[in-house]
Amino acid sequence: MVPLSYYLVLSGILFTCGVLGFLIKRNIITIFMSIELMLNGVNLSFVAFAAHWQALSGQVFVFFVMVVAAAETAVGLAIIIAVFRTRATLNVDHVNLLKL
Amino acid sequence: MAQYFTGTDYLLSLPVVLLTLFALGILLIDLMLPKQLKWVNAVTAFAGVLFATAGVWRIQAVYAKGAGGYLGRFAFMQSMLVDRFAIYFFYLFLAGTALAILISVRYLEIENEHHGEFYALMLLSVVGMMCMAAGYDIVLIFIGLELMAISTYVLVGFLRRDRRSNEAALKYLLLGAFSSGIFAYGLSLFYGLTGSTNLRAIGNALQHQMMVRNGHADPVAVLALITTATGLLFKIAAVPFHQWAPDAYEGAPTSITGFMSVAVKAAAWAMLLRILVFGLYPLRSVYLPLIIFVSIATMTGANLAALTQNNLKRLLAYSSIAHVGYMLLGLVALASVDYTQPAFYDGFKGILLYLMVYTFMNLGAFAVITSLRNREVIGDEIDDIAGLYFRAPTEAIMMLIFLLSLAGIPPLAGFYGKYFIFLSLIESKHYVLASLAVLYAVFGLYYYMRIANSMLMREPLEKELLPLSWGMRAALGVTAVATVFIGIFPNWFIEAVNWSLGLTQATPIAGLMK
Repeated sequence: MVPLSYYLVLSGILFTCGVLGFLIKRNIITIFMSIELMLNGVNLSFVAFAAHWQALSGQVFVFFVMVVAAAETAVGLAIIIAVFRTRATLNVDHVNLLKL
Repeated sequence: MAQYFTGTDYLLSLPVVLLTLFALGILLIDLMLPKQLKWVNAVTAFAGVLFATAGVWRIQAVYAKGAGGYLGRFAFMQSMLVDRFAIYFFYLFLAGTALAILISVRYLEIENEHHGEFYALMLLSVVGMMCMAAGYDIVLIFIGLELMAISTYVLVGFLRRDRRSNEAALKYLLLGAFSSGIFAYGLSLFYGLTGSTNLRAIGNALQHQMMVRNGHADPVAVLALITTATGLLFKIAAVPFHQWAPDAYEGAPTSITGFMSVAVKAAAWAMLLRILVFGLYPLRSVYLPLIIFVSIATMTGANLAALTQNNLKRLLAYSSIAHVGYMLLGLVALASVDYTQPAFYDGFKGILLYLMVYTFMNLGAFAVITSLRNREVIGDEIDDIAGLYFRAPTEAIMMLIFLLSLAGIPPLAGFYGKYFIFLSLIESKHYVLASLAVLYAVFGLYYYMRIANSMLMREPLEKELLPLSWGMRAALGVTAVATVFIGIFPNWFIEAVNWSLGLTQATPIAGLMK
């Protein structure tokens, strides 16, 4: 039996990787993947806690997070395509029309 | 707790179901409509809002009657709490949506993007908002939040051939998804600490843990609180989590900017109050310093940034961030005292009244900016509003009313929003914060008067009269009348807020927190 803390440390690492990727990476697709990584960290921690409390509600939350992540990806990729069509770049630093 | 769903559950979800059906109906009808009949979609959406309002009215009549009635009812195994607080917010969302629909029709025709999806997405985002306001379970609140947010991402990018609209949607999407991730991580830690997804169960478990640890919070609880609060503050666009707001507001279609600044913001506030005040009330001593810091930063940052803006939408975006700063002060007052004190209720009242007043005056101001969009003119620069008085005198005077109300000049509605906030601050002995807030209100006066100056004193760049659609006239009339009326007869509206907090009852809203 793997103790709860192992899962939590792993979920913390996944989440931190996601946050760092979001902040450091410049490619929109990579940023998007970093957000997915964050959500997977959340999922892991929910599942681990659900097993710890012997309750299903945590696993239900995970299902909904997955659904939400899929919907967000669908909308996100559509928006990325629209952006790419008007600018032909995927670097966030070049998407800078709206400024002070 | 009932193990199966009854008629009560379904009645309580009636507005949500109606709005969903109308949204799907619009998507179907849209396929059959020729290009010049697309306004039928707007009529259908408006009818949907009216039906949903009737549904909320029905719930109110049956389950939240006057004195002696119930404060609210749980539905769907305690995952939904339709209480007066939620009903109050339902009305706010529906009013904001109805007005936004009215101002959208002509604007979309000019932009040549008049599709039925626009209205369907608007109604679906209201469904999400209702789940956020009535959610009593973090699963439902999270789903509602995402339903609202994803619909709004699409609406922001609705002018898909416009580079600014695309960019705004991209920035809003990335930062919105990022903040949702942080928020969900916080929720997972609370679930781990308490073993439940129900807000009341989470609150009770946290209360118990605080007692066991002699009033000190668990470090994990502090981490969970910080991540959850970060997500919530992102959604209401408080400094330092506000960077997405000016960009998203500037690039979005103007009517959607208005919609986002009132209905979406009110929903984020409903969620924030539900979680921080109902669920995490035992941790209030932990989040109080955080909220004080954020409210000062928000008022300072937004008011200073608004001074130099030349784009009207961006200026109003910063002004709406500044208003969030004032509302956060109500939360400061509310969280620094026990719920038996008057400051608790005055702070709560202040936030709710502020949101109502803000819905009308801010949407009114955005309606005026929307009407500036005309043939070749985008109409969102401060030069575009120059000489509006000579092109559309009635509209210019209405805009002046909205601006004065946003600045908080009595006897207009905006004054009463600020009044209760400042009152609650003084009652809870935050004298420095109260004087700081008054000082920043003066800054606000400067940048609002800059718009008024350009509108009334300068020569117009174009001479022709500004054409106004019927929908626009109706929306402007309603918002202007409401802004003046709330200011002159505030008692009725204060009564409505008292009602929503259950202050007319023997057990006010705090009774739900025990």
